Amino acid sequence: MLTDITLGQYFPGNSLLHRMDARVKIVLLFFYIVGIFLFDNNWCYLMNTMLALVLVGVSRISPRVVLKAIKPLWWILLLTFIIQLFSVPGEVLMKIWIFDLTYEGLEKGFFISLRLILLIGVSSLLMFTTSPLMLTDALEALFKPLKKVGFPAHELAMMMTIALRFIPTLMEETDKIMKAQKSRGSDIGEGNLIAKAKSMIPILVPLFISAFRRADELAMAMEARSYRGGEGRTRMKAMRMHKSDGWAIGSMAVYLAACGAVYWLV
Amino acid sequence: MAFIECRGLYHDYNAGMENEYRALDNVSLRVEKGEFVTILGTNGSGKSTLAKHFNALLQPTQGKCLVDGIDTSDEARLWDIRSRVGMVFQNPDNQIIAAIVEDDIGFGPENIGMEPHEIRRRVTAALKAVNMEEFRHFAPHLLSGGQKQRVAIAGALAMNTECLVLDEPTAMLDPAGRREVIDTVCRLNREQGITVVNITHFMEEAALSDRIIVMNKGRIMKEGSPEEIFQDIGGMRQLGLDVPVATELAYRLSRKGLQLDRAIINQEALVEALCRLK
Amino acid sequence: MSIEVRNISYIYMPKSPYERLALDDVTITIPEGKITAIAGHTGSGKSTLIQHLNGLISPSQGCVLVDGVDIAAKGQAARQARRSVGMVFQYPEHQLFEETVEQDIAFGPKNYGLTPEEVKERVRFAMDFVQLDYEEYSQRSPFQLSGGQMRRTAIAGVVALRPKYLVLDEPTAGLDPKGREELMQRILKLHRQEKNTIVLVSHSMDDIAKFADNVVIMNRGRVLMEGTPREVFVREDFIRQAGLDVPQITNIVKALKAGGMDIPSDIYTMDEAVDAIVRAMRGKNRAGGAEKC
Repeated sequence: MLTDITLGQYFPGNSLLHRMDARVKIVLLFFYIVGIFLFDNNWCYLMNTMLALVLVGVSRISPRVVLKAIKPLWWILLLTFIIQLFSVPGEVLMKIWIFDLTYEGLEKGFFISLRLILLIGVSSLLMFTTSPLMLTDALEALFKPLKKVGFPAHELAMMMTIALRFIPTLMEETDKIMKAQKSRGSDIGEGNLIAKAKSMIPILVPLFISAFRRADELAMAMEARSYRGGEGRTRMKAMRMHKSDGWAIGSMAVYLAACGAVYWLV
Repeated sequence: MAFIECRGLYHDYNAGMENEYRALDNVSLRVEKGEFVTILGTNGSGKSTLAKHFNALLQPTQGKCLVDGIDTSDEARLWDIRSRVGMVFQNPDNQIIAAIVEDDIGFGPENIGMEPHEIRRRVTAALKAVNMEEFRHFAPHLLSGGQKQRVAIAGALAMNTECLVLDEPTAMLDPAGRREVIDTVCRLNREQGITVVNITHFMEEAALSDRIIVMNKGRIMKEGSPEEIFQDIGGMRQLGLDVPVATELAYRLSRKGLQLDRAIINQEALVEALCRLK
Repeated sequence: MSIEVRNISYIYMPKSPYERLALDDVTITIPEGKITAIAGHTGSGKSTLIQHLNGLISPSQGCVLVDGVDIAAKGQAARQARRSVGMVFQYPEHQLFEETVEQDIAFGPKNYGLTPEEVKERVRFAMDFVQLDYEEYSQRSPFQLSGGQMRRTAIAGVVALRPKYLVLDEPTAGLDPKGREELMQRILKLHRQEKNTIVLVSHSMDDIAKFADNVVIMNRGRVLMEGTPREVFVREDFIRQAGLDVPQITNIVKALKAGGMDIPSDIYTMDEAVDAIVRAMRGKNRAGGAEKC
């Protein structure tokens, strides 16, 4: 079903992760990802995995939900794994036709897949624990220095806010239009490629028209509520760092140092 | 002094082009402070166009529109007008901007550069005024239509609005949602003295207001109390409109020979009138 | 024959945080040739229910039989059965997409594999039904029409399929009083002329009392009541429990009764009310008037 998507959805809550400053979360996520790529030995993978599990625990988001966010990438994971399995030279475990399955390949495939899983898992944790508005506000704040060189930080952030807000609405709408056209005997997504593409027209045209109508009405509503761009705007939820954010930053620094130590010493 | 005043207002869409279309044709009206006015008219009668003049979303092609004494064409005072007059539109989905209720209500105050703690205070008060406190952290798409419209009303209240202009706010709602919204609006009008201009297709809602303005083809056809307006059943039908059920019943009873006052607009009045009959 | 909904349950978004039992063991019969109204507040499951009637949603449990055929089955008979149920969604004008009114109305008939002559005939028939003049409107873009005309074009697109069962989800929502009245009259006329079965989702209890032969009241995914409007409206407590109301006219009559008028309380339409009140007032006059009231 179309509405069956969890990626990019916020689950309100009051965990430590929920309360953290979104800017801090984004920056720390960035460092975490850097850490994953920089320190790629077994011990560090173990540490990274442990940290990811701890974060899931702290967030109080059901692990099932996090797994679901990873699910759409299952095929990519499998493909990466298989490619690694056969393309890394080393101790041959098995021979399949002209391909050699090596021990090193198995190991590398496993870790690269793990790396991807951690990447997506922890990133989606950010999405799950940060309201879209906070997320875009944080991005706007982080990109603010670039405003001097003409980077439209506010406009992009506002666009993202609205896009996020309208995803569920437009998914519902698409579902409804599809059903309406199906009720008129249209066979959506059947036949060859051209037939398939053609069968999308009765859905895409109304969807676009509706999206434009919504955009028009939304612009009107925003104007009615005194919206006039980013200049002079204040924020209800002024981003302020708390003690816990300092704590998180400290912990992350220590953690990365530990990873580094393990990486270079072991 | 009237809170909203239109003098000889004209509005032409696509002016000067082939598909030029006159949506408002010499409209003059006054809405007093604290009044509850309903605008009736079929689709395409110019009601929405008129409403959009009240907070300067549209400018008159000719004539004047004054809000609290401020000319809506005075661009320097645009933001004064918009914080005095709040708009609520028909489609609840297309006026909620943020993905969390409280963020959405704070949107207006943020735009006019209010202090964060003041915004919070206003958001709390606005949520309370529409009885939506427990939905503060909800995602809008999980709310019912009536709740979404109350969020939209709260969004206007958070701007300290003195007047609500509602453009068919109940058209897309079920009866329960309709009641929720109209009860909220009536209460705000009564208790906080907020001036209300409500556009609707529901005659029972119109019967609750102080005054009704009937529009047709861009002109004001009639103006008066609900009792005065709904007396003329034939005239209302001719304009593609209707009357409340109680009024229609009274009318049909009087045609059957019962001596009933013609100014009956609600159940209470009808029951009283019938009981007085001997 | 009829549509038989047998013990259907539907789980919305199973195994997600939003999992919800949208329909819970629903069994109803929609008799042929009648107007059946479905009422319930938003979220009561009525939209989910009607989408089962032509197989847009498959039940998690139970089955839907149209003229005795299980529509979930494979093969021509089931397909035919699904196609005998036409569906007009809420705000159907949002599904228009073709360049001209004629093409849009022809979309369904063409998909059903009718010949060009038949398609043309159907378009004319459907436009006539919704009172859009063929000569004037058939070649116009549907997007240049007024809101009411767009609504009628979209409904014509389903009527052109000549469905034996026509399901309409709040067809008059958002229209002005005149538009509402006209559309309801056209639907009634079609029903009489074609002898088709109508399933009408409506919030207006006054409309239901006026038009429907049968009513199904939904609440929290279950059927709360099923019967003629008279049988259903008499249980005002149930109606209120479902978050609905009795017709306005009934409320007025009840207020009169409470005020002392000698009048039956099972009155659900304007015509009944007028007769009953006139009779009550005459009775009062004969009795000499001066009652408590």
